[in-house]
Amino acid sequence: MKHATEDELFAYREGDAKGREAMAAHLKECAECRAELARLEEVFAALDAMPVPDPGEDYGTRVWRQIAPRLPEKRAGWWQTFFVPQRLAVAGAMAALVIAAFFAGKKVGPGNTGGSETAVEAASAEKVRERVLIVAVGDHLGKSEMVLVELSHASPADSGKKLINISAEQKRAESLVEENRLYRQTALEGGDNAMASTLDELERVLMDVANSPAEVTPAQFDSIQKRIAEHGILLKVRVVRQELRTAETGRKSQPAQTDSMAKERNKV
Amino acid sequence: MRANGEQARSVAISDAVAVERTLSGERDAYRLLVERHSQYVYRLAYRMTGNKEDAEEVVQEAFLRAYQKLRQFAGNANFGTWVYRIAANYAIDRLRQRKSEDSRREQPKRIAEGEPESDPLSEVKDAAPSPERLAGSAQLAAKMKEALDTLTPAERTAIVMRHWDGCGIEEIAAVLKSNTSAAKNTVFRAVQKLRLALQPFAEARGAARAVGTE
Repeated sequence: MKHATEDELFAYREGDAKGREAMAAHLKECAECRAELARLEEVFAALDAMPVPDPGEDYGTRVWRQIAPRLPEKRAGWWQTFFVPQRLAVAGAMAALVIAAFFAGKKVGPGNTGGSETAVEAASAEKVRERVLIVAVGDHLGKSEMVLVELSHASPADSGKKLINISAEQKRAESLVEENRLYRQTALEGGDNAMASTLDELERVLMDVANSPAEVTPAQFDSIQKRIAEHGILLKVRVVRQELRTAETGRKSQPAQTDSMAKERNKV
Repeated sequence: MRANGEQARSVAISDAVAVERTLSGERDAYRLLVERHSQYVYRLAYRMTGNKEDAEEVVQEAFLRAYQKLRQFAGNANFGTWVYRIAANYAIDRLRQRKSEDSRREQPKRIAEGEPESDPLSEVKDAAPSPERLAGSAQLAAKMKEALDTLTPAERTAIVMRHWDGCGIEEIAAVLKSNTSAAKNTVFRAVQKLRLALQPFAEARGAARAVGTE
């Protein structure tokens, strides 16, 4: 094989399948072409060496502040209202039932999709959205639980340190607050007051953590732990997560569901 | 890898919820999307424009345009990928506009995109400083910055998307509004130009190694 051209070497580096084996064999034999390929690699290494200035951790917030005044209000379209059961009534009673069932802590079986074709199609689309919401809230609660567990189980007083660094938990709590607000309002609008109430309590605790200094004294840390404990928020979050997990798997297996879990959650 | 995949899925799902909320009339839900994706879009914008001011302007404009077109998005793809593409499109338009303004002001010998190029690399090569001036990684970065500035907007967009962000050729072709074969050639042309621009630097380093000063 004669020496490879630059574009052949580039295509090889890009992973092109054409003539790949022959090129690999040639490169093993030909030092000149290997050196040529190495020179090509230097270009990519030089690109990697180019720094991008760090715009700062609060960059996203700054962008938001700059663009927010320029964003016009949006009007809701009929298809964007999957969180609002009463509006879904126009798309068919079945679809409304699916969404309402989620917020009421009840389930609807796949065999129960009677009614007109329009209603069935709408129900199917809404089921997808319902699943999205269940997974999203479940995931959010999982992340929140992790932050609270880490803070609750730490024993910094034993370490003898004067200041305890909670900046990592603080940052995570900060990013969870905004999402939590989104889900809380969603639950509220959907009529699931129990879910909204749990999320409201969670939001307060997350805000407490997010607004704490990055380094706290053992006394301050103790106070954070007490605030988490006195609301029993960890247990409530776990109960809701369990409900969501059951709801997600129940969509397939369809076991009976009662309001008992919602009551249980409210008892905590 | 699994954790990354799950994390990406979780981000995409919570993005989808934020998009739905925004579309249902809650403007503040868009804040989550802006805060989450600004850094990533900024890196693309900086690499494409080469300076902070322009990069910040590209980021703002990308999120404004994404907001205006949010109904078109309708959850069909990943929001991060979508806003990235909007930013790339805006940045390439901006680069083209800047090049055209520069050429009107300076009237240099520029080769228009798409035209046959008798010697596409000579511009980069001629502009290269002597090997003695080129040593050290800071100089390498500076040299690379210069070399990137000599690329056409399409070439710069192609190499940024391909190398740094690992975009597929189809995705690059969509932004360049060309076919995949042309997009592939554009990436290759960019690499060729950069390589020639860096050649004196590589030779200087080679010489330094040979005499034991590096």
